Amino acid sequence: MLSGKQITVRYGSRPVVNDLSFSLEPGQWMMLAGPNGAGKTTLIEAVTQGVPYSGTFTWKGRDMRAIRPGEIARSIAVLSQQNTMNYAYSVEEVVGLGRYAHQRGLLGSGDTEGRKLVEQALAVTGLTELRRASMLTLSGGETQRVFLAQVFAQNPSLLILDEPANHLDLQYQQSIFDTIRRWLQQPGRAVLSVVHDLSLARRYGTHALLMKDGRAVSQGEISHVLNREDLRRVYDLDVYAWMRESAAFWTDPE
Amino acid sequence: MKGSRQTWQERFSPMTYVILAAVLLLTMLLCVCMGSVRIPLRETAAVIRDAVLGRSLPESTFRNIILNIRLPRVLCISLVGAALSLCGAAMQGLLRNPLADGSTMGVSSGAALGAAIAMAAGFSLPGSAFGGVTVMAMLFAFGSLMLILSLAYALDRSLSTGSIILIGVVFTMFISSVISLVVTFSSDHTRSLNFWTLGSFSGTGYHHARLLAAALLICGCILMHYRRELNAFAVGEDNARHIGVPVRRVKLVILITVSALIGVCVSVSGTVSFVGLIMPHIARMLVGPNHSRLLPASLFSGAIFLLLADLAARTVLSPIELSIGVVTSLIGAAAFIVIFYHTRKAG
Repeated sequence: MLSGKQITVRYGSRPVVNDLSFSLEPGQWMMLAGPNGAGKTTLIEAVTQGVPYSGTFTWKGRDMRAIRPGEIARSIAVLSQQNTMNYAYSVEEVVGLGRYAHQRGLLGSGDTEGRKLVEQALAVTGLTELRRASMLTLSGGETQRVFLAQVFAQNPSLLILDEPANHLDLQYQQSIFDTIRRWLQQPGRAVLSVVHDLSLARRYGTHALLMKDGRAVSQGEISHVLNREDLRRVYDLDVYAWMRESAAFWTDPE
Repeated sequence: MKGSRQTWQERFSPMTYVILAAVLLLTMLLCVCMGSVRIPLRETAAVIRDAVLGRSLPESTFRNIILNIRLPRVLCISLVGAALSLCGAAMQGLLRNPLADGSTMGVSSGAALGAAIAMAAGFSLPGSAFGGVTVMAMLFAFGSLMLILSLAYALDRSLSTGSIILIGVVFTMFISSVISLVVTFSSDHTRSLNFWTLGSFSGTGYHHARLLAAALLICGCILMHYRRELNAFAVGEDNARHIGVPVRRVKLVILITVSALIGVCVSVSGTVSFVGLIMPHIARMLVGPNHSRLLPASLFSGAIFLLLADLAARTVLSPIELSIGVVTSLIGAAAFIVIFYHTRKAG
């Protein structure tokens, strides 16, 4: 479905992503894991054609450089980390923007499926009642749900997430990840996401790509990739021991 | 920013445009009547009606003042006000910056320099002596915009409100000095420094109004065509790219269109500051931030504001006539502080 071959991204002369290759198939939720500065977000930026890179990304057999932005957006949607608003757009207007690439003609009409998909996206993310609310009145969690609804309205087959639940409280993290897992159940869909929280990665991911200093340390099924040795090598820490110690605090008092 | 969750989408009604159009027509009529010689409203309406219907009328002082002096001036003011406000709305959306405007960013000053150089050097286009001035103003407006954005980008990749405005202010001061040099060394050929820095509509004629109307029609249609893209940019440039907007191409087209329109305005009236900054905010209060509604509303609000500013400039200290830019800057500076304060507080 999506593959990257020998991808290198440089900021100045420094390679931030270095000769990295990977592939993603339908049904997979691939977690990009690694410490800060590993190049995860830059790799996502390169996939979405936001930064210049060398190497080749292939989407369903085609070089992504040859695909127009609108065509890419009809298949691939991106949910970024932080979305702040300057103007008082309504929730519905922002979600409706997800239909941009599907609209045709001078008046942007001809998108009959669009209205239905916007309604569905609002319903799935629990925003139907807030549809007319101004974006400036929403909490951080509500704002992030609006952008999640926007990517659902975009009706992609690949969803790319760059730490979507960062800065959100547990309730919203769970709600967003559960919603995405349900979305993934439909055939032909895949998710590629950057997650800092390894517990979340383990809980929701099917596959993982572990990165350090711009290179892939390992990749494959999540249980194989997030093994004790590789994690220790990447994080310079016994992650397993840390996780167990942390979990020990979460027992009911006798 | 909590409070009422109702948005403009619910409150908006097409009647808003009808009311704005009626207010604009009334203001235009008022501006034609008022001045050093007051002309009764009925007389004014009759003269304009007869002129529009093509009836020939005997020469009279009133008719002369209305048709040869005030009407072309009022038309030019409306068109410049509408155009500058439209450009401000487009720039504030494109750059996601509530303080973006031709005057705060230094684009108008750049255009004024181009126009002043063209006048001083006597540039003209075949068949149109004024064409050279307009084209130079358009080119310099675009050059200034690209320069300011490149400098701001080098300083701060997020193109934040503060960096753009800071560079715009420094650029405007620098350009004003260069304009004064151009004016000093070619005093016979170009207009006064006051004209270029504060603006003026004295001596504007129907040929200026035709030029402005044509520019506004073309550029207005282009900007309206990109209204959905402007909404996407106003939500966020990365978001725009992710939903499939060809970001670079659209940005370039909008910047060229805005520069061209500002260039035409400046070549006719000099630099009239702050119209493009304040009026889109007033329009946003009336119809909300969606550019499908905001761009047309900005046209009306800009035209009405500039007409009233001109009326104030002509009548408040009568018989002394102030530069129109004095009035817009007095109001604009206060509005700038209010908007900047709210932006910083929200950010």
